[in-house]
Amino acid sequence: MIPVCRLEELPEGESVRVDVEPPIAVFHTDGELYAIDDTCTHQDASLSEGFLEGCLVECPLHEASFDLRTGVPTCLPARRPVRTHRVTVDDGMIHVHRSEKENAAA
Amino acid sequence: MRTVTVVGASLAGLYAARELRAQGFDGRLVIVGEEQHRPYDRPPLSKDFLSGKASESDLALSDDEETLELGAEWMFGVRARGLDARGRTVLLDNGRTVSTDGLVIATGARARRLPGPQLPGVHTLRTLDEARALRADLHRGTRRVVVIGGGFIGAETASSCAAMGHDVTVVEAAPLPLLGQLGPEMAAVCARLHERGGVRLVTGTGVAAIEGGTRVTGVRLTDGRLFPADVVVVGIGATPTTEWLAGSTLAVHDGVLCDDGCVTSLPQVVAVGDVARVGGVRAEHWTSATAQPRVAVRNLLAGHTVEHVRPLPYFWSDQYGSRLQFAGRREQGDVPRIVEGSTEEGGFLAVYERDARTTAVLALDRPRPFTRLRRELARADAQSTTMPSAPASAATPEPTPAPAPAPASAAPAAVAV
Ligand code: FES
Repeated sequence: MIPVCRLEELPEGESVRVDVEPPIAVFHTDGELYAIDDTCTHQDASLSEGFLEGCLVECPLHEASFDLRTGVPTCLPARRPVRTHRVTVDDGMIHVHRSEKENAAA
Repeated sequence: MRTVTVVGASLAGLYAARELRAQGFDGRLVIVGEEQHRPYDRPPLSKDFLSGKASESDLALSDDEETLELGAEWMFGVRARGLDARGRTVLLDNGRTVSTDGLVIATGARARRLPGPQLPGVHTLRTLDEARALRADLHRGTRRVVVIGGGFIGAETASSCAAMGHDVTVVEAAPLPLLGQLGPEMAAVCARLHERGGVRLVTGTGVAAIEGGTRVTGVRLTDGRLFPADVVVVGIGATPTTEWLAGSTLAVHDGVLCDDGCVTSLPQVVAVGDVARVGGVRAEHWTSATAQPRVAVRNLLAGHTVEHVRPLPYFWSDQYGSRLQFAGRREQGDVPRIVEGSTEEGGFLAVYERDARTTAVLALDRPRPFTRLRRELARADAQSTTMPSAPASAATPEPTPAPAPAPASAAPAAVAV
């Protein structure tokens, strides 16, 4: 369980990068919190710096788009999903529960 | 259409093949690639591949599963050497011919070389084979490297070489590198990146000669100076690969001339990527190569131009640990303004303005606000260009302007976007 930040520090529409290995990106969008691997599966770009639109985040480098709920890319050039991680809020603190496995959708 | 042939098996060719299947073409699909390799991504060649961080398998643009799904006949290491007048028969250098109903030209461009004999130690960097050769030379110990040309390939190569511990000099003929792309103010800012990376930048002087005997020993500049070199990288641009079309009826003028929908003067022949001059503009951008195929294939299958493609120019470059991103249609005289950060340290976001309107955006290590502005620009751009297309000759200034105005070819009769 990785502590991220307090809920009020991550307003709606924002994202934060957690510097673990490999890094994780946490998003607050549409009233939900989502966590995925931060590094795009195409090349070396940080998805926490991507463009957030609903449950999709667009990679800042070549515009591959990932569904935050499943980690699955919705368009090229990415072909492999990013891992998704479970997020909880305990006493106002956001935590990420890292999943070790690759996504089943891979 | 029973057979479609894609000539060129790089980014644009692969994307065209994908689009053909995605848009329902279920006939015979032939893909001809001059290189021995399966489709691979070129941008990493001057960066992680050179430094050894990325391997050849990291460059693959497609996997076995997808390759299988495409159901194409691949020919690697085969060069197209001719196209008949009707655009129905492709002649190959292995003596074979392919009869085809539709044709996608995606032959890309080749690195320009300096005239004269190619001494060992002198490299160009565009293909995997070229990158392999350069990488081998650079992993042989500490080298004095002279990079000729301060454009993106040159700067990225210089940056990679410096990071590997080599002694690096960049020679740029213009007063500043990237002057044409970024304008004087921002080009000056970006030129400082070289210095920051510990690379010598020599500007405003051309190359008089490459010196050496059995191997290169140095680069002589037109101002008389001599820079000793063990390795020389020539990054002076690329020439579209169109010689093979000489016998065809297609109009070629620094690229294959197409209308705004990538359709050539023959309706069943389209062109995409670095080789295509689309609506008067030839852009050697990754994003053009990936955006054009969808529209080109749609028009090919429709038999005439039903859609236009005019993506907002976007390019990026990773150099000296920084990420440079640019998007928009900058014209000479547009005034840059820093809207975030500083040019002194830590990155910045700048917009180019003309008549109180933003024409382009440039960022150094500011990916998030950059993306936001790029999308806004793209939206505004799409709105302003959804009118009927101008003939191919009405080109706006762009990264690779034609040496002379391109003749208006095959302007579409009807337009729907
Ligand atoms: S790095 Fe994300 S799409 Fe290329």
